[in-house]
Amino acid sequence: MACFLVPAAEAVITTITTKVMQKKEQKKDACKAPETIEVRLDGEHTEIVEKKHFSSKMKWLNNLLWGGSGLLMFEHLWHGEITPWFPFLTAAESPESTTEMLQEMSTVGVTMAVLVTAIWGGMVAVSTILEKKSEKAAEAAHETEHPEAE
Amino acid sequence: MTLLISVFAAVICTAIWYRRESTDEMKVGLLCWLFWGSSIMWLVDAIYEYIELGAEYFSPEPKDMLNDIFLGLAVVALGMVIWIIVLLISDPKGRVRKALFNRRVNNAATTTEAKHTK
Repeated sequence: MACFLVPAAEAVITTITTKVMQKKEQKKDACKAPETIEVRLDGEHTEIVEKKHFSSKMKWLNNLLWGGSGLLMFEHLWHGEITPWFPFLTAAESPESTTEMLQEMSTVGVTMAVLVTAIWGGMVAVSTILEKKSEKAAEAAHETEHPEAE
Repeated sequence: MTLLISVFAAVICTAIWYRRESTDEMKVGLLCWLFWGSSIMWLVDAIYEYIELGAEYFSPEPKDMLNDIFLGLAVVALGMVIWIIVLLISDPKGRVRKALFNRRVNNAATTTEAKHTK
C-alpha cells in the first residue's frame, strides 16, 4: 500500500550520508593529489586513471533507491493508494487499513530496501574485483614490455 | 506485466549505455537507474504476490493484465519524461543554450574586424 516509503526513507539517509562522505573526501583531496593507478581497460591499452571515491559508489545506491521509489510512487498513485492531498495515504483513513499498510511496509517495503541494498553491495564487490583485475593486467603488461626493469 | 515492461526497458537502456564509447553525455545512465531500481522493487512485490496466490499469479484476468500493460507503458513514459527534463536542464551539448540565443556574437566580431582592417 505504501511500501515504497521504506526505500524512499533509506534513500534520504543514504543521500545525506553520501553528501557527508563527499565533503570529507573533498577535504582530503585538497590536502593531497588524488590517487592514480595504471589500468588496462579495453584489453589493449593501458591508461593512467584516477581512483573513484566510495561516495561515487554510494551514488549508485541513491540512484537505485530514488529511481525505484519514484516510479513506485507513481504506481501507488495509479492504484489510488496515495493521493496528492491529505491524508496522502488512503489506507490512513481507517485503523484496519492502517494496520494492513504498516504490515505491508514492514514486510514488502523492508524486503525491497534490503534487496536493493544487497544488489548494490554486489555491484560494489564486482567493481572492486574488476578494478583490481585491471590494475593487475596493467602491471603484467608493464612487466612484459619492460622486463629489464626487474 | 509492469515488472516485465520495466525489466525490458532497463535492459534496453543498459545496452544503449554500454554501447556509448565516451562519457554519458546523453545521461542514459539515469534511465538505467530508474528502470532497474523499479524492476528490483516490483520483483519483490511479485514474489510476495506469488507466495500469496501461488500458480494463479501467472493466470491474471485479462482486464487486470491490460491495466498492468497500461501502467507499465505509463511508467516507461514517465521515466523518459524525467530523463528528457534532466537532459534539457543539464544541456551537456549546449543545444538548448544555442536555441535560446541568436548567433550575433560571430557577426559582431566579423564587423569589428572589418572596421579595424579599413
